[in-house]
Amino acid sequence: MTSDTKPPRSRVSWERVRRSADKLTTPLLPDDYLTLLNPLWSSRELRGRVERVIPETEDAATLVIRPGWGWRYDHRPGQYVGIGVSVEGKFHWRSYSVSSPPKRSGRTLSITVRAMPEGFLSDHLVNGLEPGTIVRLATPNGDFVLPDPPPARSLFLVGGSGITPVMAMLRTLDRRGTMGDVVLHYSSTTPERMIFRDELRRLHDKHESLTVHEWFSEESGIFGLAGLAEVVPDWAERETWACGPGPMLDSVEEHWEKHDLEDSLHLERFSLQLGGEGGEGGEITFQNSGKKVESDGATTVLESGEEAGVGMPYGCRMGICHTCTVTKISGTVRDLRNGDEYDQPNEQVQTCVTVPVGPCTLNI
Amino acid sequence: MAIADVKEYTHLTEADVEALGAEFDKIRERVEQARGAKDAAYIRRVIRTQRWMAAAARIGMIVSSPLDPKVRRPVLAASAISLGLAKILENMEIGHNVMHGQWDWMNDPEIHSSTWEWDTGQPAEQWKHSHNYIHHQFTNVLGFDNDIGYGVLRMAREQKWHPVNLGQPVYNALLAGLFQWGVALHDLDLEAIRKGKKDPQEMKRQLKQIAKKGRNQMFKDYVLYPALSGKEWKSTMKANVAANFMRNVWSYMIIFCGHFPDGALHFTEEELEDETRAEWYLRQILGTANFEGGKLLHIMSGNLGYQIEHHLFPDLVSNHYGEISPEIRALCDKYDIPYTTGPLHRQYGQVLRTIHKLALPNKFTKADGPRTDVEVEVEQSRQHRHEDRQQRRTELGGWSRSQASARG
Repeated sequence: MTSDTKPPRSRVSWERVRRSADKLTTPLLPDDYLTLLNPLWSSRELRGRVERVIPETEDAATLVIRPGWGWRYDHRPGQYVGIGVSVEGKFHWRSYSVSSPPKRSGRTLSITVRAMPEGFLSDHLVNGLEPGTIVRLATPNGDFVLPDPPPARSLFLVGGSGITPVMAMLRTLDRRGTMGDVVLHYSSTTPERMIFRDELRRLHDKHESLTVHEWFSEESGIFGLAGLAEVVPDWAERETWACGPGPMLDSVEEHWEKHDLEDSLHLERFSLQLGGEGGEGGEITFQNSGKKVESDGATTVLESGEEAGVGMPYGCRMGICHTCTVTKISGTVRDLRNGDEYDQPNEQVQTCVTVPVGPCTLNI
Repeated sequence: MAIADVKEYTHLTEADVEALGAEFDKIRERVEQARGAKDAAYIRRVIRTQRWMAAAARIGMIVSSPLDPKVRRPVLAASAISLGLAKILENMEIGHNVMHGQWDWMNDPEIHSSTWEWDTGQPAEQWKHSHNYIHHQFTNVLGFDNDIGYGVLRMAREQKWHPVNLGQPVYNALLAGLFQWGVALHDLDLEAIRKGKKDPQEMKRQLKQIAKKGRNQMFKDYVLYPALSGKEWKSTMKANVAANFMRNVWSYMIIFCGHFPDGALHFTEEELEDETRAEWYLRQILGTANFEGGKLLHIMSGNLGYQIEHHLFPDLVSNHYGEISPEIRALCDKYDIPYTTGPLHRQYGQVLRTIHKLALPNKFTKADGPRTDVEVEVEQSRQHRHEDRQQRRTELGGWSRSQASARG
């Protein structure tokens, strides 16, 4: 019924119809009532229903999510989405790479998650999420993407669950029939923990031009980049995408810089790295105005915003009245009063008592 | 008579007051820790129920309009009642509590104090200022808390009598029937306007905001839905008047039972000097009254039957007030502090008695409340900027003045 079966153009007008009905539902929106009928019938907050949870390995699973109204299936292969899950009544947000290829006709999107030993949300997503659960979504983001048209020769360096954005790229190349000369170097601790191993083999069988190198660090040790030239002799001439654990990416970055090739390297750090020692201060981006300001560790987010000429809401300026609270889309801020750090995406933060820790983006 | 120092009035030492405050802090911490999936499910269930009731009522009025009067009338009556109950539920258990920030911990922008707009005439932003901040911080302090009579009624013997007060029985009835509009004008601070102390620019901004919200509310109830009912537009309009009236009278009564029964005391501004958090707790208990009732009554009154618990912890989830209430009461017994409560009819009876007695000058009537220590007479206006008096308290919830955050 309704939007799901209609082509995109009529969906626009359907949204217009809904918007014009808000005089009937004021002060609420029509969507607030339509969600009574179907939890996906609202574009107030992007949301989706978990359709299936497909186990990939012992500790990783793919979540197939059907997004609700307002979702545009135009993510670029390699981008990540934010997913908000209510755990014990509270919404927690994380970002995961989309592993399904973008399809305009698509009904679902997939993310593949590995349960991290210290990550309570990833564990919940892999082991605790029942099909039918309604989750919140945030629009696709990230510039670790495949250009269109893709380069003639490319190299993907992947470690562990870093495969997920790369999988979206490979699936896109496969679906569009544009698989060029592609080399995938994929390391995993053991064959059992290697996500998408079977599918990669099938892709390899289908496309002669796709080479897949599997590397198992438990038996062969961590892959050293010194050996890269042996496995991929023409690595330096390939456009390269690397995704994996922080130390791996650090050495990749160093290796490419050494050869003066950083322009042809794309990196995606899928585990958040805090700015190292000290780490206070950072660039604040104000999403609505596009303004940016560099803030040091002693200037509050509020003051930095005012300096940049952003109309920041403020009240008591001492952390009491909550007037200044805005949504932080990404990044980390530290509460000057107690040193608490707020590192969740889409979190409400009090700008008058917080300082950025590394770059962050605010929804104002 | 009013209280100038809560410690002195309750004969407690400073150490006792601080110990009591620490006990309240502990209860607060415990409830904060206990919040979880069950509470989230509760508020979502209440919201879902409320929206179904409202939707069913609106649809009921429209679809019944072409039917035979024998069928139409009962459907219409049921719809009017359902809409009235939906509005009550929205204003009391949902809107009031969400805007206090009770549900902000869920990190859900759809149920959050910064975005909630409620189904009544007053814009949420102004409510959060006049109620969360002014009323909850300065509870029952003469000259500061505009909720002592809302600038319309004389509700404390300490307030100066004026011949205009003779009309109180009439003003009271009007206020009850038109309560949502009384509330809508509340943050304008009628007293300040009368005295010419109101910043005209701020007044203009607020009036514009009220007009915009009020227009949408009136258009919905008195133009759009009647028009959709075709020939029977008059019945739908009447049903909507009835629903709004029902909500107005009910919320008026519940709110008046919070601070005007005999046990609820008033304070002079001396109390505000260097008031500690523990003393603030104490003032909340002395200035507030509960009423007793079943679970449904408490939900329909937004758990404001636990007004004392609400005033101690305005931003703690309302569905926990009932469970902590025996503890609060036991603490009050332990420290020999009054804990005012009674059945709803008795509490409201005392309110009515006060309204009528105070229509007359003090010398014609006798005080019903407990004796307090200070004899004062105040004019109901703010002597100082509130902001100079005390630091704001975090637990009162947010309010906003800037356009940037006046969203939703």
